[in-house]
Amino acid sequence: MKPVFNESAEKEFKDIISRYPNKRAAMLPTLHLAQREFGWLSREVMGYVGELLELPFSDVYDAASFYTMFKLKPTGKYHLQVCHTLSCALRGAGEICKHLHQKYGIESGETSADGKFSVLKVECLGACGTAPVVQINDDYHEDLTIDKLDAVLDKLD
Amino acid sequence: MYEKVLTKDINMPESRKLAYYEKVGGYRSWKKALKEMDPDAVIELVKASKLRGRGGAGFPTGVKWGFVPKSTDKPHYMLVNADESEPGTFKDRLLMAGMPHSTIEGAAIGSYAIRANTCYIYIRGEFVREARILEEAIAEAYAKGYLGKNIFGSGYDLDMYVHRGAGAYICGEETGLIESLEGKRGWPRTKPPFPAIEGVFRCPTIVNNVETLACVPYILERGAEWFAGIGPESGPGPKLYCLSGHVEKPGVYEDAMGLPLRKLIYEYGGGILNGKKLKAVIPGGSSVPVLTADEIDVDMDFDSLAKIGSMLGSAGCIVMDEDTDMVNTLLNIAHFYRHESCGQCTPCREGTTWAEKVLHKIKSGHGTMKDVDLLYEISGNIGTRTICPLGDAAAMPIESFVRKFRHEFEAYVTKEVEVA
Ligand SMILES: Cc1cc2nc3c(=O)[nH]c(=O)nc-3n(C[C@H](O)[C@H](O)[C@H](O)COP(=O)(O)O)c2cc1C
Ligand code: SF4
Ligand code: FES
Repeated sequence: MKPVFNESAEKEFKDIISRYPNKRAAMLPTLHLAQREFGWLSREVMGYVGELLELPFSDVYDAASFYTMFKLKPTGKYHLQVCHTLSCALRGAGEICKHLHQKYGIESGETSADGKFSVLKVECLGACGTAPVVQINDDYHEDLTIDKLDAVLDKLD
Repeated sequence: MYEKVLTKDINMPESRKLAYYEKVGGYRSWKKALKEMDPDAVIELVKASKLRGRGGAGFPTGVKWGFVPKSTDKPHYMLVNADESEPGTFKDRLLMAGMPHSTIEGAAIGSYAIRANTCYIYIRGEFVREARILEEAIAEAYAKGYLGKNIFGSGYDLDMYVHRGAGAYICGEETGLIESLEGKRGWPRTKPPFPAIEGVFRCPTIVNNVETLACVPYILERGAEWFAGIGPESGPGPKLYCLSGHVEKPGVYEDAMGLPLRKLIYEYGGGILNGKKLKAVIPGGSSVPVLTADEIDVDMDFDSLAKIGSMLGSAGCIVMDEDTDMVNTLLNIAHFYRHESCGQCTPCREGTTWAEKVLHKIKSGHGTMKDVDLLYEISGNIGTRTICPLGDAAAMPIESFVRKFRHEFEAYVTKEVEVA
């Protein structure tokens, strides 16, 4: 089925395009909105965004594929972005990565068999003072230990 | 005794609310600018304060604003750089989450000074919470008439929007940010033309860091002399220092520009984690040259750090203890720049890839002495003939790590280090 924004997303989209002198500048906010509505950016979704912004598919794909936050394939219900840059590495990001690998049997970029968790190693999340840091969907979890992370993860359903 | 300015009230429970901000003097400078000053007077005042950009390059803010042409038929734009992606840097996040109105007020004053009627706050996409806080604060400011049409009856209009990035370090570089805001991949542009002449939507544009703009309301309120009198003459003012890595108390600390690095680590930071000894410090975000333990008697300001061959950068200070493996650490940094290189320029794209490969080789025990020298050579070639400074940013750590910790690289080659 062709993806289409529901009424409230359509309203948000109208508000977004009113903020810029041209439609192309609405690319990132519209991709964020589409990803929130449809879960990830399939070819169909990117095509739809192209229609909305009056741009060819290639322009949308070119932008979407450049940024790590845009998902060109589905991820788990809980998407874990694990920072592995220097400050986090100095404070135990390596052990966190190893632990997640053992816990769910997946590597960076993969999703667990039940579709619940996906893990992605990412670069500095801008929270180095509270390293190590993992972002679960929208939320930052900081000053982590393996126990603290497990306590958060095991509560997710 | 330094009295805090930017973060003085930031831990109060209501500090992000407009009512609280007004109570501590907020938006008085904005009113003053609109009622008593013309845009050029604001620019002159900021020039006189000697404020230099806090985003990394340290360019004088008033001077930059003065580059915007006075009369054009094109609209002007103010872009707030809230991309905060330089490893070791996390100060703008604190400002935006703790007291978003100071950034908004500073951005409004800056917009007025450069005659812009539209301001976008480009915030890194991962900062979902901070983006929401800013949006709520902007809505409060509109409701009170601090933003919108005919502000305080001055005839001046200003719209302000939050624009979220989506995960790409290079969008912190000002022309990468501009391309990204236009809806494209964040590929930096060749300069000239500089953004002040031709920036976003081919119009005159200024890009300023969050902390830079947050200083501006205080300059209008307390005067250029007050600001210029804090810290070193060549780059004064209040400053936020980010401290991370192997210290007891990491965090953001505010003090005057020129804070002694030793004081930052040992007093504010409570010393090295678990009572260990210090090995090295990167003082200004991962792209600046590293310092050894006996180089920390230096002041954290633009000139003092430049004098000893490093940089203040974004004041992201990363501390490493005596057990830190410098080969591994450089590999981590090299990986970052390889991953974040946008790939437009051959020296940067190939150089960052090559450096990471050579470091892998050394780390896995297959390196030769020639490879150690090769790292030097690669670093000497990345920074040249590139479109943006990311090439330099990638090269500086490589050169300084190999020069200052050469024995650790050689120990991998001679197998003195047990290879995992
Ligand atoms: C690769 C690269 C990344 C950068 N990232 C940031 C950033 O995240 N935040 C920032 O304010 N400036 C960043 N800068 C600096 C900007 O290009 C620009 O100089 C700055 O935003 C200007 O603001 P200021 O004059 O207020 O410092 C970066 C520069 C480069 C070369
Ligand atoms: S120097 Fe590197 S990051 Fe900058 S434009 Fe060239 S390839 Fe891109
Ligand atoms: S290094 Fe992990 S948040 Fe900066």
